[in-house]
Amino acid sequence: MADRSFASCGGLELLCDSVKIHDVNVEQQGEEKKLTMKYLLSWVRTNLIKERPEMFMKGETVRPGVLVLVNDCDWELSGQLETVLEEKDVVVFISTLHGG
Amino acid sequence: MASVETAAKPRGGRFCTVCNDRRAALKRPKTLEQICKECFYAVFEDEIHRVIVDNHLFKRGERVAIGASGGKDSTVLAYVMSELNRRHDYGLDLFLLSVDEGITGYRDDSLETVKRNEIQYGLPLKVVSYKDLYGWTMDEIVKLIGLKNNCTFCGVFRRQALDRGAALLKVDKLVTGHNADDIAETVLLNILRGDIARLSRCTSIITGEDGPIPRCKPFKYTYEKEIRLDYFSTECIYSPNAYRGFAREFIKDLERIRPRAILDIITSGEDFRIATYTKMPEQGNCERCGYISSQKWCKACVLLDGLNRGLPKMGISRTRGLDNERNQDTGGTNGTKNLQSKQCGSLDF
Repeated sequence: MADRSFASCGGLELLCDSVKIHDVNVEQQGEEKKLTMKYLLSWVRTNLIKERPEMFMKGETVRPGVLVLVNDCDWELSGQLETVLEEKDVVVFISTLHGG
Repeated sequence: MASVETAAKPRGGRFCTVCNDRRAALKRPKTLEQICKECFYAVFEDEIHRVIVDNHLFKRGERVAIGASGGKDSTVLAYVMSELNRRHDYGLDLFLLSVDEGITGYRDDSLETVKRNEIQYGLPLKVVSYKDLYGWTMDEIVKLIGLKNNCTFCGVFRRQALDRGAALLKVDKLVTGHNADDIAETVLLNILRGDIARLSRCTSIITGEDGPIPRCKPFKYTYEKEIRLDYFSTECIYSPNAYRGFAREFIKDLERIRPRAILDIITSGEDFRIATYTKMPEQGNCERCGYISSQKWCKACVLLDGLNRGLPKMGISRTRGLDNERNQDTGGTNGTKNLQSKQCGSLDF
């Protein structure tokens, strides 16, 4: 088991009953017991998103315009879908797909 | 397990390419540089300062209203403007100007954000409401017309509301938080709609210099990604404009493949040359309210007239053919000589 917190903002919380912060436990996957962002996204989609999943994902990754931060760091720097998560990591999703 | 006790560490071991000291936290879409938070803020603010100086956006002593929606872009704009004004001594009098569309649950929250900005940055705030200006809230308009064309009303009314608020504040200029993504999107939309008049002016960093209150966009070259990393906002509860939504998503798709695409679209928009024989609308004033308009009545007055007469569809569909005839009827006196040729749509490259 691993602890992870999520914050979704910029409107994305509207997809999950307006809850902004989620403290969750996600099982590690595969023989190496690793948890990647790729698995996490599908987990979030299945377990947290209550409506309009297409506002969150497109294909197997986030929809373009959704920013992802892992521990306050742009996930483009940590390998995007291949980013390996550890205990107590904080993942933030920010949508930019609406007016400002 | 000792390492787990420490705070979660950033992934990806690269150092910031600017200071070479701290871990990078962000990949800049514009330059693909990997930089840390501290250097990002410095570079971000410095770029805006350069844009302001290089484009002579302000003169010392000017009164400037910041269009403040409570969203991320304008919240960052309010911060950056007040910070740069102090740091570089622009000598500007800054104000926050907000429009209350009357959308329960949406604008209530964002007006709270603007009020926090007022206190945080010490900037006087003026709020103008649709109810006061037009006698209708957006909630009332939506109740009447449904969710189909509400963005048309809201957009037309907001534009005028900002100008009227700016006039009440007696400011010399209005700055808005439009960013590079917004401008790229608008360039594409104007091409898709064949709206050559707007295409030719939508990339200008200052517009309306001939009108009473010029507007400028200090974030013209600033990527939305960089503006939004740290900020929160609320989504409009009414359906967003679907056509614009497609253009937006297309731009985000392009950005993912090639981040420079956004700046390149802006450059393309800037460098379009409109054929000299292209018919352009002539700017005049609305006969009813005096607002700048290329028609007898401005769009807001047409929409409002429809609402008040219980014919809310009026002014929604495009009536370009009719408009053009009316233009000729009123007899252009200040237009170009080439008005008699064909309709908009031809471009010289």
